[in-house]
Amino acid sequence: MARLIETATTPLTPVDVDVVTLDIIENALRHARYEMDEVLFRTALSPGIREQHDEFPLIGDPEGKMVVGQFGLSIPDFLENFEGEIHEGDVLLTSDPYSCGAAISHANDWLIVMPIYFGGRIVGWSSMFGHMSDVGGKTPASMPTDAKTIFEEGVVIPPFKLYNKGVLAEDSLRIILNQVRTPDWNRADLNGLVAACRTASRRIQELCQRFGVDTYVSALNALLDRNYRAMKTLLEMVFKEGETLSFEDYICDDGVGYGPYKLRLSLTRQGDKVTLDFSGSSPQAKGPINYFINENLVRMFFGIYMITVADPQILWNDGFYPLVDVIIPDDSFWKPAYPAALNARNHGIGRVFDLFGGLLGQTNPDLLNAAGFSSSPHFMYSGNYTEGDRAGEWFQLYSIGFGGIPGRPIGDGPDGHSLWPSFVNIPCEYLESYYPMRIERWETIADTGGAGLHRGGNGVDVAYHFLEPGTIAIHDDRWLTYPWGVNGGEPGARGRKWIDRADGTREIIPSKVIDVPVYPGDVLHFVTWGGGGWGDPLQRDAELVGLEVRRGLVTQEGARKYGVICDDRGVVDQGATASLRAEMARNRPNPLPIFNMGPPLETILARCEEETGLPAPKPPIAHV
Amino acid sequence: MSERIGSKGEVVTPLDEEDVRAKLRYLKSQGIQALSVSLINSYANMAHEKRIAEIAAEELPGIPVSLSSEVLPEIREYERAITTVANAYVQPQVSLYMDNLESKVKVPGSSSKLYILKSDGGLISARSAAENPVWVMMSGPAGGVVGAVWFAEQAGHKDFLTFDMGGTSTDVALVQGLQPRVGRETTVGDLTIRATSVDVRTVGAGGGSIAHVPALTQALRVGPQSAGASPGPAAYGAGGTEPTVTDANVVLGYLPSELAGGEISLDREKAREAVAAIMTATGLPSVEAAASGIIDIVNENMFGALRLVSVQQGFDPRDFALVAFGGAGPLHANALGKLTGAWPVIVPPSPGVLCAYGDATTGVRGEAARTLVRRFGQLTDDVLKAELLERAEAARSTLRDEGIPDDQHRIEFQVDLRYHGQGFEIPVNVEIEAFDGNGAGLDSLRKGFDAEHERLFSFLLEKSEHELVSIRATASGPRPNVTSSHIPAGRKDPSGAESSTTEIFVDGSWVSAKVYDRARLLAGNEIVGPAIITEMDSTTLVLPEHFASVHQSGSLLIRPIDQK
Repeated sequence: MARLIETATTPLTPVDVDVVTLDIIENALRHARYEMDEVLFRTALSPGIREQHDEFPLIGDPEGKMVVGQFGLSIPDFLENFEGEIHEGDVLLTSDPYSCGAAISHANDWLIVMPIYFGGRIVGWSSMFGHMSDVGGKTPASMPTDAKTIFEEGVVIPPFKLYNKGVLAEDSLRIILNQVRTPDWNRADLNGLVAACRTASRRIQELCQRFGVDTYVSALNALLDRNYRAMKTLLEMVFKEGETLSFEDYICDDGVGYGPYKLRLSLTRQGDKVTLDFSGSSPQAKGPINYFINENLVRMFFGIYMITVADPQILWNDGFYPLVDVIIPDDSFWKPAYPAALNARNHGIGRVFDLFGGLLGQTNPDLLNAAGFSSSPHFMYSGNYTEGDRAGEWFQLYSIGFGGIPGRPIGDGPDGHSLWPSFVNIPCEYLESYYPMRIERWETIADTGGAGLHRGGNGVDVAYHFLEPGTIAIHDDRWLTYPWGVNGGEPGARGRKWIDRADGTREIIPSKVIDVPVYPGDVLHFVTWGGGGWGDPLQRDAELVGLEVRRGLVTQEGARKYGVICDDRGVVDQGATASLRAEMARNRPNPLPIFNMGPPLETILARCEEETGLPAPKPPIAHV
Repeated sequence: MSERIGSKGEVVTPLDEEDVRAKLRYLKSQGIQALSVSLINSYANMAHEKRIAEIAAEELPGIPVSLSSEVLPEIREYERAITTVANAYVQPQVSLYMDNLESKVKVPGSSSKLYILKSDGGLISARSAAENPVWVMMSGPAGGVVGAVWFAEQAGHKDFLTFDMGGTSTDVALVQGLQPRVGRETTVGDLTIRATSVDVRTVGAGGGSIAHVPALTQALRVGPQSAGASPGPAAYGAGGTEPTVTDANVVLGYLPSELAGGEISLDREKAREAVAAIMTATGLPSVEAAASGIIDIVNENMFGALRLVSVQQGFDPRDFALVAFGGAGPLHANALGKLTGAWPVIVPPSPGVLCAYGDATTGVRGEAARTLVRRFGQLTDDVLKAELLERAEAARSTLRDEGIPDDQHRIEFQVDLRYHGQGFEIPVNVEIEAFDGNGAGLDSLRKGFDAEHERLFSFLLEKSEHELVSIRATASGPRPNVTSSHIPAGRKDPSGAESSTTEIFVDGSWVSAKVYDRARLLAGNEIVGPAIITEMDSTTLVLPEHFASVHQSGSLLIRPIDQK
């Protein structure tokens, strides 16, 4: 437990904060949080943070409860696990999920936590973590798909003071940066994280100056209370007393030959409170896909779904936490035992959204989306230049791929997007000018989005033509199980990967690999998955289907899934369409199922090799 | 299409012209109205795009063509393509509009010409605007900022923030040394368009912004929904019932009972009814308290926008003045001055139509840019200088086309720099005289960049090499000969312009305020708040503890009494 050193000892006086001041402070906090992003984006060097925005800011109250932020970390858990004093001017750094109560979930994420002092007392916390492109270890980008312990995943930094009362711990930083392949990037990114947290700190100090610290802290409590009250009302509105809802989904494999891993989440409301229970999920994985999650994070994910719908301008925060109990079984996929490998937890993070969507959507069709691009597939390429003015120089690319967003109540899922709202892709022109590669293709693949009244977004085929020898690594999923459709919508297509070698041969590549050698002239096709469809495809406007044929988003053949007959330019045959639709309607179940997950799992596994070119994974075994 | 340019501009796959023709014929059969062409790496070599344009001229005669290498010759395929498509999308309409306008305004026998205000605050010929509509997208907001430059200069202020508040939104910008800060990106709807424009930030806060209280959270929100002009605020009596910012201003007595010289009369009772709903939903003690809350929150939203262009760019707003205009700006200006500490608050004459002054007081401008990604180690002073001068020649051609002699061109250079590996560039002004062939030019750019980086982010990356990303030259013609008007001088006492006395609600109570007719104010008059100054297109509120002095150029300068 951290000991917080404050020179001001008189307790703060709680004051009433009028609604106007409250809204002004809420607004200022929102601005401060976005300013943190801006500062980091502009100063980071690694493409992962800079171009793709793989970072998460947070501003906390004096106890570390989040008053504004995105999702993904928890200061109280961090402080609980930190031994030592915290003074004004201290800046803490860690990358060890096991010593901060899973405030972060793999060692690539470097987490900065900074107390915000005003008049000798802590008035809040600013915090931010970013994904470092490389943290050392056995493979470039430090995400070995075959790791079985965290020791294989590079440098693991215990919580320590990067700045001690304002003084940089230069030696410690030197030791850390000596472990990584990209020290300049990590140093710049770390600088950016600290600068962003300092910016937030300044903004909070300005608010304390302007409104007085009593008013500021009382306002935070009122904002937390606002969330508490809103959530309490919502829970009663949405969930029936005593009824248990459950939903299950899968991660296809763990990188070392086992899978699929079942992820199960249940919810029950009793009185004011709901319980979220992960019991029934698969045991801890042998490979690195475990998603070490803490209870507060689960509450946060739950909150995103519930509160934002009710008041889009609200700053959602930790205030509602007492209303949510969370059960996560030990030694499970969600709470693996030290020193389990953690690096590939990105699939689990994504799948949490499918789990919550599928679970909560059962109560309210307005919240029900299909399954979407719920992962962040990674692609890495590294090596040394062999020719030109950079001969001998090291290059290393870490990038995050995009796919199909699910069909949603409000409309179609976008094609080739990221699940994470603020992520953007790395421009192909940027990749080509900084790395020895040409992007031969970056295109959406027709028919990969699930058919539906609202079509699932299409996946993309990115074709990387390599110009220098090196190695590549891939992290992806949904190559085996399907992104499900809802309310009558069909599942989206699964992802695929292959290399067309310069000699004309084709090699199928599994979805989780490292250290695959590539040579000049080889072309990797990184094909991601489509989003599930939403609603009955036969209800989709036939002319819209025709238009999408013309735009190359759906094929002439694919249009038949919507019961639409058209030519290859998308001109619809109305008569033939009407009769095909009538026939299809007669030959299908009525009512349509809420969830369409594709064929049963046994069938998927039995046909695995034939359909995907890859052997079926073995059933997961308890590992601990 | 079968073709490929590499990242260094080399041709990897030659253009298959037959393929181009076949595809263009298909597009023709689809009845397209405009064509945009955006090929990968065309910023490094535009040959294939140019050739496609030539073929299109044969295959699709009369169809306007937008080339990405002309519209935005910069790295990043998505931004370049989107900007090119946006250009092509509006081109047919804008072109037609320009033709019609030009023929309507043409005076027989006169040599007068139609110019359009570009987003960056300079003028271009109507023809250029028709070909590159993406350059004039922010014409309106830029006009206001340029107009503010004109009046602020006369009032003796070179550094200021602008604050242009209308019915649905508020635009803000920062001007330093009479030069508006220029940005590269503009958001239109969901799209981010890249084209040089005055760095104007917009928030959805205006006179028509609707106040509401979500049932679940009972928070008081103002905007971004707006009642617009129809039905408009409840006070307009045109069927609007939702409480707006204007209604709150009416409740508090800040707006007279008639606007626009009697064109709109305001219904105080309807405004009170609308705002009373907010009082009930929030539990605030009175209608006046609810109205004050609405005003405080909308002011805070606009303050947020002003912070974006000042504090968040490393500028202290207290070092700037604040020029307020737009129909609703002068009403909120004094309050924004208090929040920002930017004094004096300058309210120019006819604040509702300031952008027209901007159009009339700026000159012709040409710009030429190019992406040139080079680490400083790969550059010399001479190489960069030659590239800059080549851009200058291209920029001058716009002015020469308008018959402006070379000796009247003002040439300015700017480069976008970053540390090698960063993804965000900082524009740095170039002193071309510093380029002595021995590296002093590059040195001055390094220094300029470091100063900006330090100001923006409070640190430097000492081990990283500087990198050039793109270069730009602008050529500006002389300002037109517009003489500034002076209003007659008078004494301190403004009572000659006093028209009535009214009650207004400030700081929690009703107080008496004098109302002045702006048209009758004389230079040197000093109006002590609380007071209201009315004119045809706007209303200025002077708060207690503040005073407004009338400048001979016609502007009102508001300051706190203790700064007298």
